[in-house]
Amino acid sequence: MNNDIAIQVVNLTKHYGELLAVDHLSFTVTRGEFFGFLGPNGAGKTTTVRMLTGVIKADEGTASILEYKAGSLKAKQVTGVVPEMANAYGDLSGWGNLMLMADLYGIPASLARERSTRLMQETGLYPRKDSLVRTYSKGMKQRLILCLALVSDPEVLFLDEPTSGLDVQSARLIKDLLQGLNAKGKTIFLTTHDMEEANQLCDRVAIINEGKLVAVDAPEKLRMAVSGMHSVEVSFDNMVNPGVLASIPGVNSIKKLGDKWRLYTTNLGELVVSLINYSSSNGLKIISLNTLAPSLEDAFMALTGKEKKDA
Amino acid sequence: MPDMPTVLQQARRSLAIARKDVRIYYAKGPVIIFGVLFPVFLFLSFTIGRHLSVDFMIPGLLGMILFFTATSVSPIVIPWEAQARTLERLMSCPVKIETIIVGDILASFIFGLAISLVPILIGLFLGITVLSPLIFTLAVILAALCFASLGTVFSIPPTNLPSTVNMIAAVVKFPVVFISGIFVPLDELPAWGQAVAYISPLTYFTDIARYSIQGRGHLPAALDLLVLLGFTILFLVVAMKLHQGTMPRRI
Repeated sequence: MNNDIAIQVVNLTKHYGELLAVDHLSFTVTRGEFFGFLGPNGAGKTTTVRMLTGVIKADEGTASILEYKAGSLKAKQVTGVVPEMANAYGDLSGWGNLMLMADLYGIPASLARERSTRLMQETGLYPRKDSLVRTYSKGMKQRLILCLALVSDPEVLFLDEPTSGLDVQSARLIKDLLQGLNAKGKTIFLTTHDMEEANQLCDRVAIINEGKLVAVDAPEKLRMAVSGMHSVEVSFDNMVNPGVLASIPGVNSIKKLGDKWRLYTTNLGELVVSLINYSSSNGLKIISLNTLAPSLEDAFMALTGKEKKDA
Repeated sequence: MPDMPTVLQQARRSLAIARKDVRIYYAKGPVIIFGVLFPVFLFLSFTIGRHLSVDFMIPGLLGMILFFTATSVSPIVIPWEAQARTLERLMSCPVKIETIIVGDILASFIFGLAISLVPILIGLFLGITVLSPLIFTLAVILAALCFASLGTVFSIPPTNLPSTVNMIAAVVKFPVVFISGIFVPLDELPAWGQAVAYISPLTYFTDIARYSIQGRGHLPAALDLLVLLGFTILFLVVAMKLHQGTMPRRI
């Protein structure tokens, strides 16, 4: 096996009764990579993470973490996990939770204390280290859960929606921490709904839909690969007829966004000229006009087949 | 076969899980109610007004308290963890499912032993004499382990509601108390009653406790110990095998 590979997944499959939750998934993540795992709700993201972290067993296929079979004690030993919707123990203090986790990973007490102090300081939790976790805010709990995943200094980190529902400050702090960890060579496997987050953080992203892998590539390459997703955002000084707007030469589809219209096209230049002609011939004044490259969200929507054709 | 360091490593992690259980679950309402208050009141309701000797009552009280306390923590920990969403984190740590089960059993075992000291001390205060202290100590330890293991069998169904598990446990625990010779000595039971009594592990503890304190038991002491050991192994194996299948279904 290649030593540069941190996570290797081959034909991973999981059924829940009749439902095929994960369908012969195969991909690799290289050491030190920041890998995003995207998909709509129910696509099989969390099931995949749970198979990779050894919480549930796959029905078919194999997965390995740093050459160890996923789910084995050795694989778990080199892995840190922030599960989706997980909690720390509310009846223990933040410090108590960290010491428990250190015990479960077999970290010597002095090293555990040193790491826990540093992690709690970095995440701003140190002044509340002896408070029971049930008195923490949601943001503090999530920062603690990240600390719990890091107390063993893992080589590979799995995070399932770590910033979901958090305040801007906590989300920012977690993202900064993850970037710092990645810069130090840690492999990060991030499941997220936040396209902007994936775009900012990830070297590559995988998109899964209905249990199947539909794309794996760098965010920029995925964005640029989506044809027909270039768009112009335009607003006029008066009401316009959507039917007429949609019939302008070069327009593939339109979407109303507040007082603006987004017009999707394969030929930006032609559309801009057509829009100027349309506004002057109809006595309309263009208030604003911006040309937009496809976003990762556009790519995601196109690849998962969730894009609505028209407004 | 796992190498020795792995076994020792997992044993240390079981201790960490047991410490966590002690700190979190001993003070939970259902543990106090079903583990301490309930057996005391049940015992009092069946003994007050009856002319029973102290050396007959104390082994029965001890058996009932040990049975209820040692089965009060282990059944609720896993459903509670699943409900509180701490179980997935625990399962993603480098611990086997067996390690988690042993940790929960240890916490329940220690709770059972600690609370069982109360009826023992009451008995000593009231003047009973333990005629066979070694056998008695061995029996208390083995029974606490046996009942704590039984507790984890109650939590095998993959429900995340501790109240449902307590209900399942109660359905088993109450009949067991009545068929185990606590209130009526085994010698006085009809043949069919004795046959039913032999399927309860509590019968063997009550019998050996009476042997240790009153000097006479219904069955040989060695047989009581052997059967208790057999039940312990059976409950451990069943719990470890079946939790392998049901624990991931709680997530």
